[in-house]
Amino acid sequence: MPQSKVNDFVIRFANVNGTGSASANDMFAKAIFRMGIPVSPKNIFPSNIQGLPTWYEVRVSEKGYLGRREGVDIMLSVNPQSMPKDITNVKPGGYFLYDSTKELYKDFIRDDIHYIGIPMMQMCMDKFADPRQRQLLKNMVYVGALSALLDIELEVLHGIIQQKFKGKEKLITANYEAMDMGIQYVHANFKYPLEHRVERRDKVKDWIMMDGNSACGLGAVYAGATVLAWYPITPSTSLADAFGKYAKKLRVDPETGRNNFAIVQAEDELAAIGVVIGANWNGARSFTATSGPGVSLMSEFLGLAYFAEIPTVLVDVQRGGPSTGMPTRTQQSDILLAAYASHGDTKQVLLFPSTPAECFSMMADAFDLAERLQTPVLVMTDLDLGMNENMSPPLVWDDRRVYDRGKVLTSEELEASAERFGRYLDVDGDGITYRTIPGTHPTKGSFFTRGTSRDEYAVYTEEGPAYVRNMDRLVKKWETAKQYVPGPEFYQKEKQSAFGMLFFGTTTYAAIEAQDLLAEQGITLDAMRVKAFPFNDEVQKFIDAHQRVFVVEQNRDAQFKSLLVNELGINPTKLTSILNYDGFPITADVIRQKIFQSLVGKLNPAFAEHEVGEPNLSEVSE
Amino acid sequence: MTFVRPTFRHPDAPKNALGYTKKFYEGALSTLCAGCGHDSVSGAIIQSCFEMAVEPHRVAKLSGIGCSSKTPTYFLANSHGFNSVHGRMPSVATGAYLANRDLMYIGVSGDGDSASIGMGQFVHAIRRNLNITYIIMNNGCYGLTKGQDSATADVGSINKSGAANMYNAIDMVGLALELGASFIARSFSGDKEQLIPLIKAAMSHPGFALIDVVSPCVTFNNNVGSTKSYDYTREHIEATAALDFVPIMEEITTEYNEGDSVAVQLHDGSTIYLNKLAKDFNPRDRHSAVNKLYEAKASGEILTGLIYIDPDGRDLHSILHTSTTPLNALEKAVLCPGSMVLDGINAGLR
Ligand SMILES: Cc1ncc(C[n+]2csc(CCOP(=O)(O)OP(=O)(O)O)c2C)c(N)n1
Ligand code: SF4
Ligand SMILES: [Mg+2]
Repeated sequence: MPQSKVNDFVIRFANVNGTGSASANDMFAKAIFRMGIPVSPKNIFPSNIQGLPTWYEVRVSEKGYLGRREGVDIMLSVNPQSMPKDITNVKPGGYFLYDSTKELYKDFIRDDIHYIGIPMMQMCMDKFADPRQRQLLKNMVYVGALSALLDIELEVLHGIIQQKFKGKEKLITANYEAMDMGIQYVHANFKYPLEHRVERRDKVKDWIMMDGNSACGLGAVYAGATVLAWYPITPSTSLADAFGKYAKKLRVDPETGRNNFAIVQAEDELAAIGVVIGANWNGARSFTATSGPGVSLMSEFLGLAYFAEIPTVLVDVQRGGPSTGMPTRTQQSDILLAAYASHGDTKQVLLFPSTPAECFSMMADAFDLAERLQTPVLVMTDLDLGMNENMSPPLVWDDRRVYDRGKVLTSEELEASAERFGRYLDVDGDGITYRTIPGTHPTKGSFFTRGTSRDEYAVYTEEGPAYVRNMDRLVKKWETAKQYVPGPEFYQKEKQSAFGMLFFGTTTYAAIEAQDLLAEQGITLDAMRVKAFPFNDEVQKFIDAHQRVFVVEQNRDAQFKSLLVNELGINPTKLTSILNYDGFPITADVIRQKIFQSLVGKLNPAFAEHEVGEPNLSEVSE
Repeated sequence: MTFVRPTFRHPDAPKNALGYTKKFYEGALSTLCAGCGHDSVSGAIIQSCFEMAVEPHRVAKLSGIGCSSKTPTYFLANSHGFNSVHGRMPSVATGAYLANRDLMYIGVSGDGDSASIGMGQFVHAIRRNLNITYIIMNNGCYGLTKGQDSATADVGSINKSGAANMYNAIDMVGLALELGASFIARSFSGDKEQLIPLIKAAMSHPGFALIDVVSPCVTFNNNVGSTKSYDYTREHIEATAALDFVPIMEEITTEYNEGDSVAVQLHDGSTIYLNKLAKDFNPRDRHSAVNKLYEAKASGEILTGLIYIDPDGRDLHSILHTSTTPLNALEKAVLCPGSMVLDGINAGLR
């Protein structure tokens, strides 16, 4: 029986950067979302402002799978430049929609796909006078055509347009007209709807569509961040923008008009992190957002914050490295850089959100942890999460939540204390010491913050034993951190399998789909999503409880696996890496194939590396 | 190095308006070389804060890395201090200032710290008009790494190893003028008469106040042929004017000659009196300051004193229009928009 293509297909839009297609494409995805159908759009864009090809890929999935899926069912092509390649990318039996204002070259004709030509530009030339408007409305012609071909409810699209252009009646009418031209053309010339189509469902519940960067920016507002310092870099720029946008809306004093926040676009990332450290040292919650190259530059300062124990929050929206790498593609390849950022013995706390809702809540967690532990916390997102409108559970804020400012002594506490204040004195035995904020008390609690070694009273020393005491206390603090960081999430079938799968961040989407796909093939896997470093005991337990664990991640060198081996002392042969690092989000199919072949098949020996003995099929098919 | 400091203080040691003696403004014992210019600058900071009756705990002192950057340990023991990383004090100070606009900030840096590794941060702190007293202890060399030439060493100046510097010097005062700094001065560690009123004025100035202090390194750059030695500086020093700083509420006791004096009133009500003003010089006119600087350079003089002042500049917090309550004092009730607002945001994302 052929699989139903209702609410289950991938459509890719091939556009030219800077032609206003993004907004039309967003409307398309939003309409499907509002019809209650799970949808996951992804931008595939170049490092360029205008002129180069860009793609927008939308996966529609009745089952709610939000990861990327290989293979394009429908290609909407309005970019002659990328057309030859776009045509080859269509799955056999799929559709190629194009602007037929210009005739298609004969070479472009494949006999195993369908062609739908619509003279979009011509229609716009005939209808609209303003050249820029023609360009923009051409995008709406194809949205209209698609609504007819895919059965998207027109009222839903109209609703979106009305919302978007509220108060601009002329624009609303023009958009309607453009869409209608597309619809009429389809009605007159093609069989519709296609077998790939949508049907209203109730599957998105109270979910939202939001990009992770906006969620982080808003999260920082809720978390009480007052100082943002940053330096522009893709894919983190829109995070700083979002903080600014929300702060302007939510953080301006209604009476005085003054800002209850400050944003500094610094001269570079060194300065950005310097500002963040200075502000946190002085008692304001402050953060920066950057990507791999920025983290490299910040690393000297991150060591200072680690060693001098200054709360610091940094969001690393990871992109393809090394060096400038693939600046507009996604990867999870800053893991080791971040975990051990800076020279000497350093370890940094990391958080790994995988949805916008988590981006939002983990920003608050990051500030609480940074102040509780008096150390940097790096929130590790990536381009896929940060720059795409991801479907997500709604953002949640509990009004009873208090900001955990950690161990900060007040003027009264200092006044009442008879003892000499020891900034690095472990009074409570958990490795976390008390700090004071400048300006607190006239004669008590002042100390000298430095990156050089010092004793418990913050006095400079080069004495070996004092240095070692301090370094060992930092290890104790690291152990304490394990009880504060969020624990892993498990995706467990009833009966425990001998095999486990471990992942983090955006890999989650494809991994849990792969778990289902493998189950269909008779392979059950237990799965665990890690949310933080240091790894808490549950991570260790999960690995110990399984004969073999697949570690799925998006980098070449299996960085997360290295971290597990290094930190938990796990036998490396027990961990099998499933890697993807071509810059595109990993797909469930890749994970499924690699795990299947590793456990069962010998089809492709390349997939069977790290094999431990013969696969035991009885275990596999339990 | 002076290891012993007399602990006995005269019971009648003078007290300032807050009732503190000068001792209250001191710091730990210096570990710099005996005779190092930097110690004199620390002394001038202590004296200035004492005389100005500054609340030490309302001061934050920040520095980079170098012998010069060590000095915050040696003054104001009751202030929080931050010895950051090499060349990056301006950014840390920027963050600290953004967090709490009500404290006074003293930044200490060296010529290596500010003119080389930290040049970018120095320049941008000026551009943002960070409200800080920024003191460069300028010895023309890297003291802490054993005497290499720095970027402020004059071309032809000979260091202890006998080699002549081959490159042009960066003049931090000239640079600050070009960048639009709102308070620019130069002084000499050996001239307390001039340095102390300058520090006081800088502390009263609501914006970036640079004092480039020639502060000889006795160990690596005080030899014959060095243009940053004590002798050379004394022989070539020229002042824009004699300086008097009169804080708010204090009576003027000196008589000023109208012809060659100017008074500059600062925002907090204090006044800087410039007497025996150099010919054709107006410290409130950037052109005049630039001309004077070039003239001095051409005649081989080291121009000191207050070189430029704009008492009306807008500092970083004014530019950013931030709340008058320090950002670090805002409560959750003000900072967190709450769940109701979030419900609305969620609704807008569906
Ligand atoms: C990143 C980095 N590079 C190099 C150094 C080594 N270093 C320490 S102090 C210094 C130069 C200090 O010169 P200056 O700022 O003029 O201070 P001085 O000692 O002359 O007062 C250097 C290069 C360092 N601490 N950090
Ligand atoms: S080396 Fe030079 S700058 Fe450093 S303390 Fe000695 S005299 Fe001062
Ligand atoms: Mg120096």
